[in-house]
Amino acid sequence: MTSLLSVSNLRVGFGRKPEDNEIVHGVSFDLAAGETLAIVGESGSGKSVTALSINRLVDFGGGRILDGSIQFNRENGTMLDLAAAGEQELTKIRGGEIGMIFQEPMTSLNPVLTIGEQIEESFRLHRGLTGRQAREAAKDALDRVRIPDAARRLKYCPHQLSGGMLQRVMIATALSCNPRLLIADEPTTALDVTVQAQIMALLAELKRETGMGMIFITHDIGLVAGIADKVMVMQNGEAVEQGPLDAVLDAPQHPYTKHLLSAVPHFEAGRATRTDYRRADAPSAAPALKVEGLTVRFPVTGGLLRRQTGAVHAVDGVDFDLMPGETLGIVGESGSGKSTTARAILGLVEPTRGTFSANTNGAARQSGKPVQMVFQNPYASLNPRLRVDSILAEPVIAAGGGLKGETHARMRMLLDRVGLPENALQRYPHEFSGGQRQRLCIARALMLNPSVVVLDEAVSALDVSVQAKVLELLVDLQREFGLAYLFVSHDMAVVERIAHRIAVVYAGQIVEIGDAASVLSDPKHAYTKRLISAVPSVDRRKETFEVDTRQVPSLVRPLGFEPEPANWQSFGPDHMARAEA
Amino acid sequence: MQLLRAIFSHSSGRIGGAIVGLYIIIAILGLLGITPHDPLMQFRVDRLHAPDATYWMGTDLFGRDVASRLMLGISQSFIVAFASVALAAVAGIVLGLAAAWFGGWWDGTIMRFMDVLLAFPAILLALLIIAIVGPGTWTSVMAIAIVYTPIFTRVVRGPALSLKTRDFVDAARTFGSSRNYILTRHLMLNLVAPLTVQVTLALAWGLLTEAGLSFLGLGTQPPASSLGLMLADSRNLMEMAPWLLIFPGIAIMIGILGFNLLGDALRDILDPRTRRSAA
Repeated sequence: MTSLLSVSNLRVGFGRKPEDNEIVHGVSFDLAAGETLAIVGESGSGKSVTALSINRLVDFGGGRILDGSIQFNRENGTMLDLAAAGEQELTKIRGGEIGMIFQEPMTSLNPVLTIGEQIEESFRLHRGLTGRQAREAAKDALDRVRIPDAARRLKYCPHQLSGGMLQRVMIATALSCNPRLLIADEPTTALDVTVQAQIMALLAELKRETGMGMIFITHDIGLVAGIADKVMVMQNGEAVEQGPLDAVLDAPQHPYTKHLLSAVPHFEAGRATRTDYRRADAPSAAPALKVEGLTVRFPVTGGLLRRQTGAVHAVDGVDFDLMPGETLGIVGESGSGKSTTARAILGLVEPTRGTFSANTNGAARQSGKPVQMVFQNPYASLNPRLRVDSILAEPVIAAGGGLKGETHARMRMLLDRVGLPENALQRYPHEFSGGQRQRLCIARALMLNPSVVVLDEAVSALDVSVQAKVLELLVDLQREFGLAYLFVSHDMAVVERIAHRIAVVYAGQIVEIGDAASVLSDPKHAYTKRLISAVPSVDRRKETFEVDTRQVPSLVRPLGFEPEPANWQSFGPDHMARAEA
Repeated sequence: MQLLRAIFSHSSGRIGGAIVGLYIIIAILGLLGITPHDPLMQFRVDRLHAPDATYWMGTDLFGRDVASRLMLGISQSFIVAFASVALAAVAGIVLGLAAAWFGGWWDGTIMRFMDVLLAFPAILLALLIIAIVGPGTWTSVMAIAIVYTPIFTRVVRGPALSLKTRDFVDAARTFGSSRNYILTRHLMLNLVAPLTVQVTLALAWGLLTEAGLSFLGLGTQPPASSLGLMLADSRNLMEMAPWLLIFPGIAIMIGILGFNLLGDALRDILDPRTRRSAA
């Protein structure tokens, strides 16, 4: 079997003097037809640049290939060095013989054109089809990526489709000309885990059907296990390890690969939950936070007079309580209402109904605001124009306290606790990395000595190895300050590491709640089962995902609609699930 | 001090800063009356005298020293430009923040009113205001301020709307920060960069608009001096005494250039994200 693609000693640099600013330092690999190579690495490791060099899109980002060759076996059997090919030739190869899928399906499609027009464009350009022929071809392409009702969807604009559907459209476009090689750059990172499983299933199935080669770029080593034949691990622009999937995952040679495999949280179906707190041990304690019947609805208006015609039931009758020193993980997909729940508790969204009360734990805890929040994006949640000392002082000022010596002492103490140097106080947020910024956000949330901290996807924006360190820090802080965490996340592996109890949210309602080990190891509700089976894991090799095109039900309800009261079924001392209709 | 050093290590800031600094010194000297000659004194024997060692920029039809009048004119134009831009900026910030923060009815009313003001060409609107109130220095300050208020309102409202939805504003709300604290520390501080650029640009336009109004005889009234007035006086003598036209014209041009260069430099410097590369 001849190789489809053979990259040797690839060097890529950026900027005015690319030699001085080399990002990829001599990467070599081979790919045979029908094979999948996974490139794994953290952000900045050069994995995307390597992939973009293959179809030479790197040229448009200001990069230059300095050295090395990229031998590509063309459709007509000739070999072509893509590193030296001219732009005209490359235009034919891109899309025609090498397809590409990007990370963000929402931004990779033109919002003002229908998806039909955008798929047809590829057929027009590369196959010279016109009019009805192109339309037929586009419909077939959508059928191929298992989009139900393809003929009608062709007339949709991108905003009318969900992220998972759009990624299918992107794949359909990329595959429109039967490319011999598909480059997928983090194609599922922006998607929910059940949708991710669908896309992975689709890619695996299409690969089997067409026999194309695939380069799959990801930061998630767990995802690799399900799809790749070969793995290449990159760090700082070098391929530190490569080889067959099983060899790399089971017997990693390079310390960085070992680190990735050990430091990164892997989902272990309830076997890796925390055991340092049990409800049964403190039965009489007052809850730190009690939420009852929390409901958030957003009005939907329509018609000429903008009368309210219905409501989006973002959160519908959510109840839970949270003990001091306990973590409740709230998991669910985007749009399930988990973030809205968190925001309602913080008063950022006005709840339609329901009560929540935070207990300040008696006189022992002097706190201005018992509930504090850490946001998902550490780059957006710190004011770039304030120095760190001003940022940390803000909650104190807001609570009516002055800038006294004790405030400064607390700032220094907290900075030390979250692992930042004292001179950080005089610096601006942009001088810190993402992980350090999130530590700053945590320190800020602790300034008022809260009893409950709401962590809204607090580690999702961080690199995997940084994630693990921040999680460790959170656990330490929880022990030291006796904090209760409300940990909102879509990432099951992360939740497994930090949560004592888990609430699964689906379509605005809690469908299952209980202690983490039993919910994760023995899910009872159909949705929880689906969610857990979709989580990628190092242990699930070469999995054949099943293609399933179910959509999340619409949350828009007619005016006056009230959901039926929940009918809970108990499955143990601390494990309940909503009975299914 | 740090800001000055940063401006002078920035390539275009150096030029812009030098020009603006020079103009400010000239304006102060002109205001204090430290000029080569008395700008109102008429040297009858030396009427329309070409530039030489005594009269650096020549004399006008009445024998007044052009260099001295130019200094007085620059100070006059600067007072009008600074006062009107300061008024416009304050009004624009207040209106823009109110529109962005309260939204809804407030936003609609304020912004539609600003649209009405923007619909008129700047000089026409200023003419209209002066026609109602009557000509004079402070009338033109008011007129120019009203003309530029909508621009500041828009410059403030747009970024303020997007800042309002940023996580750090949400975070501030979760601490219970007061509205004024959020408006000043989180919104205003992040608006410094666009506002400094806008202020320097508006100063350039203010200079130009003042010159235009005075040229039409609606701004500064003689015998006081302003750049526009000097241009107007020189119009009929353009061929006989070109220096009457050239010097005020160049003064306006270089002044505007200086403010524009300074504005660009300030934008680079005041943004902490680009500060290191600029310094």
